[in-house]
Amino acid sequence: MFEDFFWRAILAGIGTAMAAGPLGCFIVWRRMAYFGDTMSHSALLGVALGVLMEINPVWGVMGVTTLLAIFLVFLEQRQWISGDTWLGILSHSALSLGLVVLSLMVWLRLDIMGYLFGDILAVGIEDLYWVYGGGILVLSVLGLIWRPLLALTVHEDLARAEGIPTLKIRFIFMLLIAVVIAIAMRIVGILLITSLLIIPAATARRWVHSPEAMALGAMGAGVLSVFMGLWASLTIDTPSGPSIVLAGTVLFTISHLWPNKNGVNQNH
Amino acid sequence: MEITPTDNLVLMRTEGVTVRQGDKLVLQNINLDVRAGEILCVIGPNGAGKSTLIKTLLGLIPPTTGQLYRRANLRIGYLPQRLTLDPVLPLTVGRMMTLTITRTPAEVLTALEETGVGHLLNSPAQGLSGGEMQRVLLARALLRNPDLLMLDEPVQGVDFSGEMELYELIGAIQKRRGCGILMVSHDLHLVMGSTDRVVCLNRHICCIGTPAVVTRHPVFKRLFGERALAAYALYMHTHDHQHDLNGQIAPQKGSCVDATCLSISDS
Repeated sequence: MFEDFFWRAILAGIGTAMAAGPLGCFIVWRRMAYFGDTMSHSALLGVALGVLMEINPVWGVMGVTTLLAIFLVFLEQRQWISGDTWLGILSHSALSLGLVVLSLMVWLRLDIMGYLFGDILAVGIEDLYWVYGGGILVLSVLGLIWRPLLALTVHEDLARAEGIPTLKIRFIFMLLIAVVIAIAMRIVGILLITSLLIIPAATARRWVHSPEAMALGAMGAGVLSVFMGLWASLTIDTPSGPSIVLAGTVLFTISHLWPNKNGVNQNH
Repeated sequence: MEITPTDNLVLMRTEGVTVRQGDKLVLQNINLDVRAGEILCVIGPNGAGKSTLIKTLLGLIPPTTGQLYRRANLRIGYLPQRLTLDPVLPLTVGRMMTLTITRTPAEVLTALEETGVGHLLNSPAQGLSGGEMQRVLLARALLRNPDLLMLDEPVQGVDFSGEMELYELIGAIQKRRGCGILMVSHDLHLVMGSTDRVVCLNRHICCIGTPAVVTRHPVFKRLFGERALAAYALYMHTHDHQHDLNGQIAPQKGSCVDATCLSISDS
């Protein structure tokens, strides 16, 4: 009943949402929304570098976003400007730099809008390999570092005093964000990636009492958003990436308006 | 860091430890022994480097110069200065207890009961009051069966009557388990009664000794003023209660713990 491209879109969307959900929980818990945004905004520069070096842009994206993340952690030690301001400076500078560099590559006819807002309907078989390979990698590694990452999310000094190698764990976590950005870029675009990480996690929060349940809930909410967004995209011809994000927002709103007797109270 | 001092009663030792952060000298030439089974209290004004000292001893902040020795296989229970949980992270108290170690539910419950919060086992950790959170964190530290408890401002965010009870609890735990306690505090009047040694810190160690010795020291008077001395004097007259088996205060005839507390808080 659907065309092939639509099946590929659904599969890519599901894979991305499943990888993004649990990782997004940690981004919400660690208050790193802006950090993730800044990393993803640098992805366009990664695309440009990938094209220039004639490698798959996915590698360029992972390289540039990771370097930026390391640079940010380094900058946060220099406290004469707050971390928030650094993020603001780098987020938009990285995005602008990516746009400028791409515009200078005049020989290239690249669909910049597709990178900015996603083009899930143009997903090919090779993209599916990336989504599922990357997704399985992200979830496996996240599972391995789950306990120490949770401990340092609760209190970093306490975790370190109790023997957690916090710096190493934080670095692995940033690498995982870089991978998710690289694979989600085709789905919702670099401007909207953070929403795919954060909205499903925030949607799940009210219904759960454990971190693991929240991760599963975020996966579910993300997958549902993909279905709803793609359905809207197909039936009323809306842009797919923004439709998925808006579907997520609708789920978030419903989740928080829904009367919830035995769940978490809303007064915080 | 791993070198064992010859004296086995010494859990930790610093020799000439200096910590510099940027251009700022936060700790200067700290020579300190932390001994087994004693309550050592670090006091000092804000910005004196008390938290930095505790973090240096824990190995969280590397000393710029100087040596830090720690007895081999030393088990430390640490209570950070402030732990506020983001309500967006769903965590029960029981789960919080076992973030970095694996223990059976029964062991977790026993530790929570030791600090009087066994009933909170399945409660959401972000809904706790200041006092409850400190007791949970204390139980968490006890779960590691520590040789040394390091408490950074353990009564912060606890109301006044709770403060008193928490100090009593810490004293009772020390008596029962015989572990060493290193405690950082700025409200000295309640601390000093059960303290073996006091370190008066103001980036360097101003004076060190028993409470009676330290309070007579001119530097202490200059740092804390006569008001603190008055509070301390009041405390010295409040040995009017005992502990029952659970570490709770068991008032004797004619005692007026509360009245004394009030007069201290008013001073």
